[in-house]
Amino acid sequence: MATAEIPYQETVPLHHPKTWLGKWVFSQDHKVIAVQYGITAMAVGLVALVLSQFMRIQLAWPDAMPWFGPDEYLSAITMHGMIMVIYLLTAFLLGAFGNFCIPLMCGARDMVFPFVNMLSYWVYLVSVIVLLAVYPLMLFTDVQPTGAGWTLYPPQTITAGTPGADWGIVLMLGSLAIFIVAFTMGGLNYITTILQARTRGMTLMRMPLTVWGIFIATFLGLIAFPALFVSAVMMLLDRLIGTSFFMPAIVSLGQKLNYSGGQPLLFQHLFWFFGHPEVYIVALPAFGVVSDLISVHARKNIFGYRMMVWAIVAIGILSLIVWAHHMYVAGMHPYFGFFFATTTLIIAVPTAIKVYNWTLTLWRANIKLTVPMLFALAFVLTFIMGGITGLFLGNVIIDIPLSDTYFVVAHFHMVMGVSPILAIFGGIYHWYPKLTGRMLNDTVGKLHFYITFIGTYVIYFPMHYLGFVGVPRRYYETALGEVYPDFYPESAHDLNVFITCAALVVGAAQILFIYNLVHSFFKGEKAGDNPWGANSLEWRTPQTPPSHGNWDERLPTVHRWAYDYGVPGHDTDHIPQDVPRKESA
Amino acid sequence: MLVAALLLLVVLGSLIFHFLSPWQFLEIGSNWALIDITVYITFFICGVAFVIIGLYMVWWVYKYKYQPGRLAEYEPENPKLESWLTIITTIGVVVMLAPGLVAWNDYVTVPPDATELEVNSEQWRWSYRLPGADGVFGHAHNKYITVDNPMGIKDDDPYAEDDIIITSQTVVIPVDRKVKVLLRSKDVLHDFWVPEIRAKMDSVPGMVTYFWFEPIREGIFDILCAELCGRGHHTMRGEMHVVSLDEYETWLASQVTWAEYKSGTLPLSDEAQKGRSVASTGGCFACHTLDGTTAVGPTWKGLWGTTVELEDGSSVLVDEEYVRESIADPNAKIRKGFAPGMVAEELNEEDFSALIDFLKELVSTEEASENGAVQE
Repeated sequence: MATAEIPYQETVPLHHPKTWLGKWVFSQDHKVIAVQYGITAMAVGLVALVLSQFMRIQLAWPDAMPWFGPDEYLSAITMHGMIMVIYLLTAFLLGAFGNFCIPLMCGARDMVFPFVNMLSYWVYLVSVIVLLAVYPLMLFTDVQPTGAGWTLYPPQTITAGTPGADWGIVLMLGSLAIFIVAFTMGGLNYITTILQARTRGMTLMRMPLTVWGIFIATFLGLIAFPALFVSAVMMLLDRLIGTSFFMPAIVSLGQKLNYSGGQPLLFQHLFWFFGHPEVYIVALPAFGVVSDLISVHARKNIFGYRMMVWAIVAIGILSLIVWAHHMYVAGMHPYFGFFFATTTLIIAVPTAIKVYNWTLTLWRANIKLTVPMLFALAFVLTFIMGGITGLFLGNVIIDIPLSDTYFVVAHFHMVMGVSPILAIFGGIYHWYPKLTGRMLNDTVGKLHFYITFIGTYVIYFPMHYLGFVGVPRRYYETALGEVYPDFYPESAHDLNVFITCAALVVGAAQILFIYNLVHSFFKGEKAGDNPWGANSLEWRTPQTPPSHGNWDERLPTVHRWAYDYGVPGHDTDHIPQDVPRKESA
Repeated sequence: MLVAALLLLVVLGSLIFHFLSPWQFLEIGSNWALIDITVYITFFICGVAFVIIGLYMVWWVYKYKYQPGRLAEYEPENPKLESWLTIITTIGVVVMLAPGLVAWNDYVTVPPDATELEVNSEQWRWSYRLPGADGVFGHAHNKYITVDNPMGIKDDDPYAEDDIIITSQTVVIPVDRKVKVLLRSKDVLHDFWVPEIRAKMDSVPGMVTYFWFEPIREGIFDILCAELCGRGHHTMRGEMHVVSLDEYETWLASQVTWAEYKSGTLPLSDEAQKGRSVASTGGCFACHTLDGTTAVGPTWKGLWGTTVELEDGSSVLVDEEYVRESIADPNAKIRKGFAPGMVAEELNEEDFSALIDFLKELVSTEEASENGAVQE
């Protein structure tokens, strides 16, 4: 057993920062970096939230904002999508949760390469600045943000009929490339730390599922992001020096362009070879977090731990061979449809197992309905909805009528918008006490939960049905004067107004959350070391908040898995991981 | 227990919404009923799974609420239960996938008796080509596109001469006859989609993509672009008229072949020719036609010198001043029956006067344009 070994990080000295700047700004402490990632991601997420409100207002009341034309609308959908997927969800789940949880849950002092970890954040910040630089530039120059849609499909991305096709797109692609550099530096750290710096006794099959989810997601990221990186570089070359990787001979708005022989589908394959694993880069950490939240707050072991681990691994592997289900109507060889529909529906099996096991964990549990638990329960229900609509779209023939409609918009918002954000909220309410030493306000938290969960559900559930009526996505408006009157039934427009009202309420309710974060930081109730009675190592640090280095001289020793809740014959309902087994056990 | 009640409400509410929702698939207009059947099977299986799991959640959250001092049941695994759940899920997946793949096989196997229809797409309008009497399309490629050859047809290809050129955004097809739709694009990705037909496919520049269907009822259907294609994406709208075979033959007889189209090229003055290429490069023809049909914007045919009615009830003479204003500030005067939405353009004096000459000749040569020669 590994208990005899000396963990790597007990053998190397930790360099404590000497200055205020080194402690709080250019910090190499994984917890500070986690907070930096988290705050930056939330700030840029607020930009995406505001953009989404403009989009919803436009869809409900097309005349309300005269300054918001097709160019602004398309730029808003592009920026909203890209921010949410990359700069908020990926950055938060891996950059913030990954950084915070991995060393603490594995019993490590810090990441294996703290300096690279710090660089990862600062490079991420540069990518965010480059991404958002387009807005101040708009005021002083004629640079426009790109309106190519977050999928950035060429040729329209870099041709004149699309807003921002000259410089907006260059900023976007440049920012993505920089982000990928940041992710790679972070990602190598997460994997190395998990593999090399676990404390004694922390075998892989004793790791909390949060760590498992982040571990496999990081692997996926390191495999998938290079595909996005090369496609961004190739498109930059097409745009800036006139290569034709993705550009065939075309006549754009009456002008013959000097391209020939390129293949737009090549971009789509590269993009989705990144884009589909990206869904799981976001989903797997959320799965892990939710598994831990449910187990801790239901005071019961997670049901079928080994199955949960292997399901994460299986989903990770399968996610690499399903990408072309985003391209059923793209014009690729029709026989690909058979293969990709089959692999896509197979992935439903391990995913369904996860859902069953979360639900079965509730059976004969002792459920505390804390705010993190509420978010975890809401995640499960939302994720089921998002998952089963994925079975519609993954089954190639059903995708044909529904592709590029609001059904798709509803599906991916449920499964990779709302679900992971509910998991993030749950995780924040859960770990905030460890991070700050104070509890978040329970009443405000519950109010925030109910508005957010019900609000997002009534936004996206009815939206699926707009897809059946045939409302296409990415339409600035649907009525074009008397020549082409609206093809919506009037009732569908009423539904759109309702959805917008719900979206405005949900958007405004996030102020509650921010208020809670700030107010509780100063005025929150003292949390103590382990307010939830949890087992995993992060709750066993000698100080709360944990000091630099996390542990005393000696790293903790792990004797059991993280899910010993309700073990018969004990006087408490939980046994932390570092409590030795009795000789007899 | 608020949350248990809420989860119950969500589960039951979703179910009730589904059955009461007025928003369902539009009445099907093609042979693809198997698509709808696969959708219903999937709805059923997924719906049952959603309701069962949801209700268990509600029940257990309610029943096993926290009581101090009580211990949860300690059961790390239950291999038997987990195996059963895996098997049941697998069966469910197979039942959904199998009809889907059968339908897909039909969808990608084009019957040999399907007639061909080429759909050309560009920012932001549709046009069409039929193979003509010989049943074979002349070769076409974007590199051949000029102002007078908008579809890029290879000029010396003998198969091209009898191809039917339809520059209007409306296409007519006969009911109950299988159609193979071939898709081409001049510029960016587009997607030819008629919701009632269920089928859709992207058009990709440099490639010819396809799908097939058989219309089963007559009617007028909207053609939408379903793939984001730039700032005019939402304006890219056409019409598909499904008619009886007799009506189709009548319509077909009135269409122009490629040979006729070429020979009818207008004798425009050099200045007007220049104006036409100014309009073409400016993207004007995305919304304005030259053949008298109405697209997103008013047609230019015979427009010059007429008095037109505006949205506010007043009227205005189409002269140099009005045209100048409409280019610089398109929303200043909106024609009755049209939506604002044109993007302002800046033209230099030289280009502007060429454009005016072109508009003038569109009136004087009105008769010549009857045969479709100046359609863009």
